[in-house]
Amino acid sequence: MTATESPTSPAAVSGRDLGQSQRKWQDYFSFNTDHKVIGIQYLVTSFFFFFIGGALANVIRTELATPDPDFIQPELYNQIFTLHGTVMIFLWIIPAGAAFGNYLIPLMVGAEDMAFPRLNAVAFWMIPVGGTLLLSSFLVGAPQAGWTSYPPLSLTASQTGQMFWILSVLILGTSSILGSINFITTILKMRIPEMGIHDMPLFCWSMLAASVLILLATPVLAAGLILLSFDLLLGTNFFNPAGGGDPIIYQHIFWFYSHPAVYIMILPFFGVISEVLPVHSRKPIFGYRAIAYSSFAISFLGLIVWAHHMFTSGTPGWLRMFFMATTMIIAVPTGVKVFSWCATIWGGKIELNSSMLFGLGFISSFLIGGLTGVMVAAVPFDIHVHDTYFVVAHLHYVLFGGSVLGLFAGFYHWFPKITGRMFNEPLGRLHFALTFIGLNLAFMPMHELGMMGMNRRIALYDPQFQPLNVLSTIGSYIMAVSMVPL
Amino acid sequence: MQSPTVNESQTVHHEVEVQAHSPHGSHPDHRLFGLVLFLTAESMIFLGMFATLLIYRFVLPAWPPEGTPELELFLPGINTGILVASSFVMHRGQAAIKRNDVAGLQRWFAATAAMGAIFLAGQLYEYFHLEFGVTTNIFASIFYALTGFHGLHVTLGLIFIGFVLMRSRNRGHYTSEKHFGVEASELYWHFVDVVWVILFILVYLL
Ligand code: HEM
Ligand SMILES: [Cu+2]
Repeated sequence: MTATESPTSPAAVSGRDLGQSQRKWQDYFSFNTDHKVIGIQYLVTSFFFFFIGGALANVIRTELATPDPDFIQPELYNQIFTLHGTVMIFLWIIPAGAAFGNYLIPLMVGAEDMAFPRLNAVAFWMIPVGGTLLLSSFLVGAPQAGWTSYPPLSLTASQTGQMFWILSVLILGTSSILGSINFITTILKMRIPEMGIHDMPLFCWSMLAASVLILLATPVLAAGLILLSFDLLLGTNFFNPAGGGDPIIYQHIFWFYSHPAVYIMILPFFGVISEVLPVHSRKPIFGYRAIAYSSFAISFLGLIVWAHHMFTSGTPGWLRMFFMATTMIIAVPTGVKVFSWCATIWGGKIELNSSMLFGLGFISSFLIGGLTGVMVAAVPFDIHVHDTYFVVAHLHYVLFGGSVLGLFAGFYHWFPKITGRMFNEPLGRLHFALTFIGLNLAFMPMHELGMMGMNRRIALYDPQFQPLNVLSTIGSYIMAVSMVPL
Repeated sequence: MQSPTVNESQTVHHEVEVQAHSPHGSHPDHRLFGLVLFLTAESMIFLGMFATLLIYRFVLPAWPPEGTPELELFLPGINTGILVASSFVMHRGQAAIKRNDVAGLQRWFAATAAMGAIFLAGQLYEYFHLEFGVTTNIFASIFYALTGFHGLHVTLGLIFIGFVLMRSRNRGHYTSEKHFGVEASELYWHFVDVVWVILFILVYLL
């Protein structure tokens, strides 16, 4: 691609192809259209929000160290877990996936930049705007209805804050749609001519699958939120049972987006893992096509499983059966990936550096999350554990044990390439050890708590649950400490 | 970025494009593809709203619910005709620019804009004469949400067309070879049109 470099191209003059060292720090605070700058902007911004979300998590865990709501008031507790979930999903994991996508995809497909660089910059700058809006809702009384914002609760508690939440999620959703348009176009249309679709790196496949989901599912959430905001602002009754509306329809719309959203959050890191493992075990990836196609199987199936979040919402029997079956089937393509990764590292020269440690941590914790996923997919079991800490354990094993560990695997893998500097390897390993211990200590007991019947999203609980909660709180502190080496 | 002579305006414009799309301008223009993706996303928003409408329709014992004043069909029917026709009118504009006929492009696009404006005016007229408000019942709410959201898109389409008309006044801005703005605004307008036809069937006719 350098052969076509023309000296008069305005971009070359403006420094696009100059090394990292020649880029000014101001570039990172401006409307820059270079995909590498944007990738780093995404990464730094999402880390910023990760620390905020993490701080909120530790407030939650501190409160839950004792059965009584003594550390913070229940109302504040609601606000904090709502913002914790929203920040982690919309401002940490999703933008962090986009960070890798922006930095790597043009390099991987041999394009000079993303297909629409200005659009790309617009998409990025919506993130700080949406994030600021979301956090500023603390000033007006933050929303309390959880990241799911189910009505009627979302229509009655903290209405102004709820409106902030809706607006912010709409902005962040738009950003992610614009980003996905860029990813799809770049991957499909801008590969160097020699690169067929089956030659491109697996990370591109997984970003493509995730982007298709973003494109198809996120707008539906927007529709639901627009109608919800009508209920809030104009007093319509789309979802308000007090006026004859049907909150279940909101749940359907919400999960039509939010189940795919969990795959939007994990697919990029499936891709990262598929890049990281072969390198650090010195073996080519096993089952390239299986991994590539299973991403699309996941995208497709991911669109038809949403009501497994609603088994207790009075869904009719046939609907439950359908969604139970599709949900269990989705474990198959997921399993295909896990087996392929294991086969990749099998017999390889494994180098236990920071990146690989996180990669192996990813496989093991994601596996646990996947297995509990199949458990909750079974209607009879789910009816018992729905809305308990069992679900919280499941989602943290897949999102923290999966997405976040995968993210760190990629972070350490590409850090030297991105910054031109080497990180401190022992510190990286310490980071992994603390994270991994903290993660399991914090979330493993939640399985047990959920089975014992402890409800999620409540500041106060029965004293019999305290010992396990203390363990979990200690785990969350260890995770907080694990960020220090980072 | 606009400039009086054909030659210069082309090079300057080219440079802007180059910056926007590729540092070397070596790859083909993917903006139309991007727009198609964007419209896919837009369709999903409408789909979400249509789905809400359909669910209520099938769940409630009567649709529209008892006591909803009848919708007048005459004016919206004419409006539909105008909007559908405008798509064809607009297409002639694109045909014109393919022949390098900028004046023709301007004529047909101006006519399209006028028809779009009439549609919006008709819509507003209907709003003011309806016997129900946003909160009357679920049918009324969804009626206003859908037609309002669609009206917003018509408005955006009009702005888009206005933009193209403005740019077309710079000589050489649009040529038979290069008229992305024309194609894009037309695609967008067709989209708005198709959504309206579905909306009309679901809300007014069924
Ligand atoms: C083997 C694949 C999976 C299956 C079968 C599965 C199944 C389920 C089911 C049935 C629930 C609903 C439980 C309930 O509310 O009662 C659930 C919740 C959840 N899952 Fe999964 N899951 C899988 C993988 C994943 C992945 C990969 C992620 C994210 C990366 C994820 C994230 C979540 C989240 C965030 C929730 C909780 C949502 C909430 O109520 O706040 N799951 N899962
Ligand atoms: Cu799900």
